[in-house]
Amino acid sequence: MIRFLLRGILRDKQRSLLPVVIVIIGVMLTVFLFCWLRGILNDSIELNARFNAGHVKIMTAAYAKNVDQIPNDLALIGVDTLLTKLKKEFPDMKWGQRIHFGGLIDAPDSKGETRAQGPAVGFGIDMLSGDHSEIERFNLEKSLRRGRLPVHSREILMSEEFSRKLKVNPGDTVTLIGSTMNGSMAMSNYTVSGTIVFGTGPMDQGSVIVDLKDVRNALDMDNAAGEIVGYLKDNYYDEEKIGQVVARFNRLFPVSNDEYAPVIITLRQQNSLGDMIDEIKGIGAFAVFIFVLSMSLVLWNAGLLGGLRRYPEFGIRLAIGEDYSHIYKTMIYESILIGLIGSFIGTSIGLLISLYMQKHGLDLSSMLKNATILMPAVFHTQITSAAFFIGFIPGLLSTVIGTMLSGIGIYKRKTAQLFKELEA
Amino acid sequence: MENSTLITIEALKKHFLTMSGRFTALNGIDLTIGKAEFTGVVGPSGSGKTTLLNIIGSLDSPSEGRAVVLGQSISDLNVKQAALLRRSRLGFIFQSYNLLPVYTVFENVEFPLLLLRFDDSQRRRMVMDSLEWLGLTDKAKSKPAQLSGGECQRVAIARAMVKKPEIVLADEPTANLDAANSHHILKTMVQLNKEFNTTFIFATHDDKVIGYLRRKISLIDGKVAKDEFTNN
Repeated sequence: MIRFLLRGILRDKQRSLLPVVIVIIGVMLTVFLFCWLRGILNDSIELNARFNAGHVKIMTAAYAKNVDQIPNDLALIGVDTLLTKLKKEFPDMKWGQRIHFGGLIDAPDSKGETRAQGPAVGFGIDMLSGDHSEIERFNLEKSLRRGRLPVHSREILMSEEFSRKLKVNPGDTVTLIGSTMNGSMAMSNYTVSGTIVFGTGPMDQGSVIVDLKDVRNALDMDNAAGEIVGYLKDNYYDEEKIGQVVARFNRLFPVSNDEYAPVIITLRQQNSLGDMIDEIKGIGAFAVFIFVLSMSLVLWNAGLLGGLRRYPEFGIRLAIGEDYSHIYKTMIYESILIGLIGSFIGTSIGLLISLYMQKHGLDLSSMLKNATILMPAVFHTQITSAAFFIGFIPGLLSTVIGTMLSGIGIYKRKTAQLFKELEA
Repeated sequence: MENSTLITIEALKKHFLTMSGRFTALNGIDLTIGKAEFTGVVGPSGSGKTTLLNIIGSLDSPSEGRAVVLGQSISDLNVKQAALLRRSRLGFIFQSYNLLPVYTVFENVEFPLLLLRFDDSQRRRMVMDSLEWLGLTDKAKSKPAQLSGGECQRVAIARAMVKKPEIVLADEPTANLDAANSHHILKTMVQLNKEFNTTFIFATHDDKVIGYLRRKISLIDGKVAKDEFTNN
């Protein structure tokens, strides 16, 4: 019987090709939409984690409260000891110290007088110790537009846009004017080694990057850091693993009233990233739900039309002695088959498109030039294991639901009318 | 040969509710039909021919009275039991052939056997036998669209006969055929009736069919007006 039905499906294009094409298109869109949302979510998380939030961040309790003001006077001190302990207690994590700072960059003319000046947001990261972790996290080598990365002390990287604004080129000297950890004025000269373009609005507007040691010297922050960022070794943000890290950290460093005691904050707890993650997940689930619903309506309609077209066939089958439930079941088997074939092909095409977009991405940098939040300028899709089966939910479910709804009509067929109906 | 009774109908009435009230399609029918009969229910449109065929074919049930077909009271059958009776012991031939267009002749004839779960080799043998009786062996792989009207009706007969049912019900089987094809089809049915002792019951007002009947049951206004045996 199954072979018989299969032959019918394969030969009757309106019964197979049309619904399969509808399912393929729907499933393909679902898979692509899912990968797209995952990609945006992942790109945003990864970007925020790399540049700012880490998977976890350790600060003093007081610094954490005022983190937006970059209060370096409340920075962690005795960082070397703390880092040694963290590396020992959390072998599955990678740690890095950072100092955020604000200040003015002054570009002098040939006589040493101020020629141009602009506010800067600075990052003090480890670039010269030989550990390339932070250079990789900031993607500095690929972001370099002109010049080279710092290889000596007192060298600085500037964002390309900022350097053009100040008309500064690699090799020029600039002065950083800021305040030390103790609140006194700090001035130090740097040679511009290169310029960078991160491809994300806020980072490209007025950033400077200096080696951590140089910042410490400039801001009197010996053995201190504003924050210690931690990353899982596989670089993939996993909420469960991070939860375990936080729990262990809180056991090692119990919460106290000391406002200089270290506290741990997860990526989710920073910059409303938790809300963003939940929202994107919610939007994803809603989009899939809407799609299942609309596909069900489309396929219900297709099922109704198909049912009308096959009216004589069902009539003759009833007359010959096939019972209602058997016809209904065979219709559902057919829909499962069509759903499976359509879902398989749709998923394959959706994954291929997603794979292309995962590799090449969609460059929206021109639209995000003036963005004030940290967002990736090139959006990629992300193929996860869920992408391999997510399309089967609407593809199979909608097809079967559509058929189940339209097939109910079979039960309304009166056998007493069959002779008359089949005479037409 | 025609002594053993297959169908007993007693005081059978069938009413339908219509917009203008209750319409009585069959009004007190008493009949017995025996094995291997070649019988026709004849009469003008609206006389109740198709309604009677529906009840004998377990497609409908009586409003009053009794219809016992192959030992089973039609009134007592539920939907599944009625389907089983049709599937296993009755054959149907329609005016418009009603073949499944995407399937070949072989597959159309095979379909009732699939419902009865015969195995592959049995099915093949039974289908080929049936096609041979109807002279359709060379058309086994053709689709209905490639056949003439007469050939289509022969396929429909092969489909009805393939499971060797005890009763075949045919509603105006020659209405869409020309005279030559009609006679050819009717001769084939007479032959099958004789060869397999299958009871054929027709609903018809076609004189060509009437000419082949051995028993003619005339219905007028839902009542048996005349029940006569002929010399065919």
